[in-house]
Amino acid sequence: MRLFVSEGVPGCLPVLAAAGRARGRAEVLISTVGPEDCVVPFLTRPKVPVLQLDSGNYLFSTSAICRYFFLLSGWEQDDLTNQWLEWEATELQPALSAALYYLVVQGKKGEDVLGSVRRALTHIDHSLSRQNCPFLAGETESLADIVLWGALYPLLQDPAYLPEELSALHSWFQTLSTQEPCQRAAETVLKQQGVLALRPYLQKQPQPSPTEGRAVTNEPEEEELATLSEEEIAMAVTAWEKGLESLPPLRPQQNPVLPVAGERNVLITSALPYVNNVPHLGNIIGCVLSADVFARYSRLRQWNTLYLCGTDEYGTATETKALEEGLTPQEICDKYHIIHADIYRWFNISFDIFGRTTTPQQTKITQDIFQQLLKRGFVWQDTVEQLRCEHCARFLADRFVEGMCPFCGYEEARGDQCDKCGKLINAVELKKPQCKVCRSCPVVQSTQHLFLDLPKLEKRLEEWLGRTLPGSDWTPNAQFITRSWLRDGLKPRCITRDLKWGTPVPLEGFEDKVFYVWFDATIGYLSITANYTDQWERWWKNPEQVDLYQFMAKDNVPFHSLVFPCSALGAEDNYTLVSHLIATEYLNYEDGKFSKSRGVGVFGDMAQDTGIPADIWRFYLLYIRPEGQDSAFSWTDLLLKNNSELLNNLGNFINRAGMFVSKFFGGYVPEMVLTPDDQRLLAHVTLELQHYHQLLEKVRIRDALRSILTISRHGNQYIQVNEPWKRIKGSEADRQRAGTVTGLAVNIAALLSVMLQPYMPTVSATIQAQLQLPPPACSILLTNFLCTLPAGHQIGTVSPLFQKLENDQIESLRQRFGGGQLEETFDLKAKTSLKPAVVETVTTARPQQIQALMDEVTKQGNFVRELKAQKADKNEVAAEVAKLLDLKKQLAVAEGKPPEAPKGKKKK
Amino acid sequence: MAAAAELSLLEKSLGLSKGNKYSAQGERQIPVLQTNNGPSLTGLTTIAAHLVKQANKEYLLGSTAEEKAIVQQWLEYRVTQVDGHSSKNDIRTLLKDLNSYLEDKVYLTGYNFTLADILLYYGLHRFIVDLTVQEKEKYLNVSRWFCHIQHYPGIRQHLSSVVFIKNRLYTNSH
Repeated sequence: MRLFVSEGVPGCLPVLAAAGRARGRAEVLISTVGPEDCVVPFLTRPKVPVLQLDSGNYLFSTSAICRYFFLLSGWEQDDLTNQWLEWEATELQPALSAALYYLVVQGKKGEDVLGSVRRALTHIDHSLSRQNCPFLAGETESLADIVLWGALYPLLQDPAYLPEELSALHSWFQTLSTQEPCQRAAETVLKQQGVLALRPYLQKQPQPSPTEGRAVTNEPEEEELATLSEEEIAMAVTAWEKGLESLPPLRPQQNPVLPVAGERNVLITSALPYVNNVPHLGNIIGCVLSADVFARYSRLRQWNTLYLCGTDEYGTATETKALEEGLTPQEICDKYHIIHADIYRWFNISFDIFGRTTTPQQTKITQDIFQQLLKRGFVWQDTVEQLRCEHCARFLADRFVEGMCPFCGYEEARGDQCDKCGKLINAVELKKPQCKVCRSCPVVQSTQHLFLDLPKLEKRLEEWLGRTLPGSDWTPNAQFITRSWLRDGLKPRCITRDLKWGTPVPLEGFEDKVFYVWFDATIGYLSITANYTDQWERWWKNPEQVDLYQFMAKDNVPFHSLVFPCSALGAEDNYTLVSHLIATEYLNYEDGKFSKSRGVGVFGDMAQDTGIPADIWRFYLLYIRPEGQDSAFSWTDLLLKNNSELLNNLGNFINRAGMFVSKFFGGYVPEMVLTPDDQRLLAHVTLELQHYHQLLEKVRIRDALRSILTISRHGNQYIQVNEPWKRIKGSEADRQRAGTVTGLAVNIAALLSVMLQPYMPTVSATIQAQLQLPPPACSILLTNFLCTLPAGHQIGTVSPLFQKLENDQIESLRQRFGGGQLEETFDLKAKTSLKPAVVETVTTARPQQIQALMDEVTKQGNFVRELKAQKADKNEVAAEVAKLLDLKKQLAVAEGKPPEAPKGKKKK
Repeated sequence: MAAAAELSLLEKSLGLSKGNKYSAQGERQIPVLQTNNGPSLTGLTTIAAHLVKQANKEYLLGSTAEEKAIVQQWLEYRVTQVDGHSSKNDIRTLLKDLNSYLEDKVYLTGYNFTLADILLYYGLHRFIVDLTVQEKEKYLNVSRWFCHIQHYPGIRQHLSSVVFIKNRLYTNSH
């Protein structure tokens, strides 16, 4: 037989690595052909590798060729291998092709490449670590390993694309890559050029569709019930029966909160918002709200928790704003600090301290760190060429100058950073610079500045990262950004600026200058704590006892992972450094970006005027938290999630459970006699609760919210199946059953109220007041599901928790907040289009129809659940499920953005 | 046809009694089978091969190493090519290639009926139904093979029977 291979074609890797298996059983001649040669007579498109068999048949599938070699060696096919190979062909290949295309053809880097394959890589890693075997299908290397290795090799041979946190994948890949047949195959196909060898081949491939592999979906995956062991059920029942007794005593409120030796001490910071802007929803979910959920969770775990934040007030941004508004910088700060504080108060953010950076403590601590760095030789002076505006008679610091980005050509790049490509800029490198105040062109002049010697500190930083990162919960994007900075090498950075509004530099000759904000803004966390307690050093110079969690959006990562740690390490004062750096991706608004200037998007102060309660905002923002990938705020989705998840699922369950207690049992929780079915439910709820804990301990806030909704879905189903409202009218046994079901349901409602506390604190408190949940049970969440409302407990008055959002209400909000870009483009399109009627039908599909379909889906969903619960005939169930799926599809179509939208935009 | 429905058809054609439950995963609705003894299986062709073994009809997976590899190749073709594309152009290329492949073959492996024939038949059904008489004639070998499989005992079940005309109508087009 003859094997046709080609250099630079990825499929040839596994085939060559597997060919050795056939040795001794058959003679394999290897022919090298061009990647575009048509070897197989019946295929229209070129295909390599190909195996021509002695019978004249052709194998043109990479996996089938490898499989054939393995079969010849006496290997038997098995389900697990089949499953891996099918997954490789249908899931991994599309994702990998996209990643390789982005990397090699489009020259993209980092997350833009990794984003499309991350899910697939994680899947392999999880499978390897879960089954505890070194190879995919068992103890020895087999077909699945070779096929997947060959597929992955071109990308993963560059360590930048083999995420370190996927340790099982890492060691599997290394093991295979060092084997001789694999090494030789890699040599033959990639010719030591790495992934670039694939360029000619990849250029001929179609461009991957943009949605491939990285579709942003807010939909939960179909839930599957896990199988439970008898032990798990027994343990859940024992824990439940212990009830309130197993709660530890409540920890007394401390003021101030200080670390305690021998306890878990959690210090949480949220990135300090710039004082001169009103934060938008993206800013809120990116740091303060995410950190708040974790802080509240941490307190529910009885960990010693301090959550702090504040406004970042120094810098050119404030000075320019002051010029704009005709106020002094101090007045600007005072004005906007209050706006910020009000917004966060409205969102129910549970800061222990919300401070500001313009305080004497800030000056004291910043100058102290600076003196330490100076003394140890990490700061030096240099003459700098700088832009000076002759007209304004001043040196222009970063934001006082604007121009074209030298990297991406963006017209409105700022003097320190480009908003478009995110790169840091040296102001003199800007093309066509302009003074922001008078719009005249500045000239270059020299002046003295101070520099932080980051290259000298790089080694210490790497040592620290090496100790900190393994086993920590740094988000993948934070690790990636940090590593890529280190790979490029750190450069000395200027830490002084020609401004008045800042921390003074305590050095002769620098009286006219202040510290650059990126040097002293992160020191704000320390000074804010110092304003809260004079014992602030117990938090900030105590790395052994304190666990520091820092929350931010991804653009803030370098300051927290590199700059501040370098300053702190250089100061040699035993500072507490970040243990877990939690960075979010970006939140978009409808189809675009939030923009204050264009009035697009919802800003913190406006959220209050929408009439939608803060908890609903919190819920939706957390539900779409840009965790792992960018996500988008959408009004229609907000309405859907409120009406389906909150109203129909969560609210409906909790309200029904409480109503049954009031209506059927006079407000007293009835006796519960658990049947095996009830015990299973206990165990399922316990399992989901434990899942919730695992996720939140890893700060996977969005995913943990899904656990709450899953429990409530279990609860709804439980009530639906057992029909306590019917049984209450039946025999003695029926009435007892109704009691058990009601009692268990109301206890699940009580558990949900506590789990919900980090996400929706007001709703949580309302439920707890309605159920009269005993105080310790409100403030502590254990890992087991306890009976906190025992038989005989009297509950309070039950009333509905959520309100339906109406379409016209949401439509008018959408218009008010400028989400109307899409409609606008549509109008434009309708006017120019030859067939306006077609466009019409798409746009009018919106409000009423969606609501009607949504109701239908809910109704049909309940019906199907009922049928399943009654163990109805399978065909009948299948028919109803088909209806449900069809309805869901219709709903998706109705909600979906019409396909013409992007084209319409170009015309703008 | 949803994957679960297709697997039910397959079960019946293999003479298996019903009793398997399928759930669907993700947006592509990939079928998942919860087996009694062991972990769940994911993927249409993986589950199909498992069912064949369950029915003790291993010969449907091929008898020789060569046949086994060919069966798996066409199963992969089914889930990546047939299910992957829906543009008219892709389908035309696919039918053209298949037509040329089947020129000297009765079944996909040559002379033996296998699981590859069953799943490719199920997968292509929705396209073949819509072909015009002229197109059916153009892809003559595919038509012959398809017509043959749909008359194979127990395969078609409730799927519509596609009519093929025995006499050539468009003699010059071929």
